[in-house]
Amino acid sequence: MSNRNIKILSFITLVAVFALLPLVLSTYRLGLVTSALILAMLAMSANLLLGYLGLASVGQATFFGVAAYAVAIFTRHWGGASWSAMGVGLLAALATGLVVGPLAIRTRDIFFLVIMLAFCQIFYGVTYRWRSVTGGDDGLPGLARPDLIPGLNLNSPVAFYGLVVLIFLLVIGAFWLLVNSPLGLALKGIKDSETRMRALGYNVWLYKYLTFLISALIGGISGVLHAYFYGCPNPADFSLIHSSSALLMVILGGPGTLFGPLVGSLIIVFVRDIVSSFTDRWLIFLGLAYVCTVLFFPAGLLVTLRKWRKDAR
Amino acid sequence: MEFWIIQTLNALSFAMLLFLLCAGLSLIFGLMNILNLAHGSCYLIGAYVAFSVDNWSGNFFLGLLSGAVAAGAVGYILQRFLLRRVYGLRLLQVLLTFGCMFIIGDLAIIIWGADPTTLRKPEWLEGAFNMGGIVFPKYRLFVIAVGLFIGIGLWLFQEKTKWGAILRASVDDEQMARAVGINVPVLFTTVFVLGVALTGLSGVLGGPFVGVYPGVDLDVLLLAVVVIIVGGLGSMKGAFFGSIIVAALDNFGKALFPELAMFTIFAPMAIILALKPTGLWGRVL
Repeated sequence: MSNRNIKILSFITLVAVFALLPLVLSTYRLGLVTSALILAMLAMSANLLLGYLGLASVGQATFFGVAAYAVAIFTRHWGGASWSAMGVGLLAALATGLVVGPLAIRTRDIFFLVIMLAFCQIFYGVTYRWRSVTGGDDGLPGLARPDLIPGLNLNSPVAFYGLVVLIFLLVIGAFWLLVNSPLGLALKGIKDSETRMRALGYNVWLYKYLTFLISALIGGISGVLHAYFYGCPNPADFSLIHSSSALLMVILGGPGTLFGPLVGSLIIVFVRDIVSSFTDRWLIFLGLAYVCTVLFFPAGLLVTLRKWRKDAR
Repeated sequence: MEFWIIQTLNALSFAMLLFLLCAGLSLIFGLMNILNLAHGSCYLIGAYVAFSVDNWSGNFFLGLLSGAVAAGAVGYILQRFLLRRVYGLRLLQVLLTFGCMFIIGDLAIIIWGADPTTLRKPEWLEGAFNMGGIVFPKYRLFVIAVGLFIGIGLWLFQEKTKWGAILRASVDDEQMARAVGINVPVLFTTVFVLGVALTGLSGVLGGPFVGVYPGVDLDVLLLAVVVIIVGGLGSMKGAFFGSIIVAALDNFGKALFPELAMFTIFAPMAIILALKPTGLWGRVL
């Protein structure tokens, strides 16, 4: 079977699994899967920068949080839940990317990393202090979900799960098309050697900027869904835990792969659920997960497991 | 006039605290190319251990010493057993040090609880000096003195001693330093431990006016990050002048435009970044 057929087959299997899950899982577990899918999209936005430009962003939560707040503020001030709020959320994330991007992509390596960290914290600080608009650390509770189609309310967990799955599949499909398009190939070239691509006549800056914007948009999609899922954006949306978890999920699953972020986010979300059922101090376990990933699966779980299987043969 | 003098002294004391905080981060980066994101945790460990020792013994200086030693010990474990395995792999270093930050932060909550506390000042540093009508807290003058003392000491060490020469040689060309017989791994561990101990020291000194609370690790990490963005990573001069700039912006920003407190640090940072991505005194990598 050709590589392409395998991809299509695994995609169909994935859709089938997603369709069956609501029949098998309890509402609570379905919520966990929903949450993992949302975070997987945040991880994908980090993966785009990391796997295809070689830039580690410790600030993806910037777009996530901005989109979440934009949805809630728009819904609050312009009366009632509506689909347009989602659009506003995405536009807000994109606008943030437009402004932050030129500053961030000027830098490389460690400087990119600390700059994204700093920007994320600016937004955290602003949302924390600007009480009149953002509600400070109380957040903006009571965000209502719009009707999926007239009559079918998204408040049902299964309907919301369905929407998230649909959007996730669209995003992952678009991601696949993107990285296999001429743009994606140019990105791989840039990752290998920026100088060479520049010599070939590519406008490297523009490619990087575009990628940054797409990454901001994917992060925004994740943030919008997150806002609806919890119904209450709060400053913690900008937290370092979100930003760094996105990176952890990518590494855990395998950077530069299509399904790596999903595998990573499922692991983290379920491990978090199990650990927090017996202790409040689950960050210790998250920290241990970081350390163990680095020590035992530095190339990503999928890649390492594949290697082990090969060695066993 | 009095306002300006007091605010300048305030800014200067905060600057010296920042310098002690960032010197280690910068030294470690300059020598080993490691960005230690658990840096804030070392500050936190220094402050909390000093708090416990001070409460137990009633001696601030015993606290100061044990805070620095405890942070240094954490640094030793971090460098010797963890970071050494991911030498040169930037992303893995980031994840590893983040992980350690979460672990240390949560352990601190288990050991010392989640309530914010402040460290006690030693008795003879309580109260204020009256210098010709200008009243200024003794403790802050003490911090300025310690910061300047250590800053000058570090400079003399780097420029005037044999060990400083070895350090500079290893920063400039590690391979060549190895070739002429410098034991670079030992040097790395030593510098790492010293840098982190310095951070622990800044935690103890900062304890009485910044306070010690869960989350302080991230707060100081962020300040340190801003200083190294402004001053340039890996340069001691950058850490020193970057600290002064950031402290001045923070202090005068809070005093003159309290509602814009966040922006008075970050907006100039963004401007400097746009003009000079490696920071004002940074090395080009």
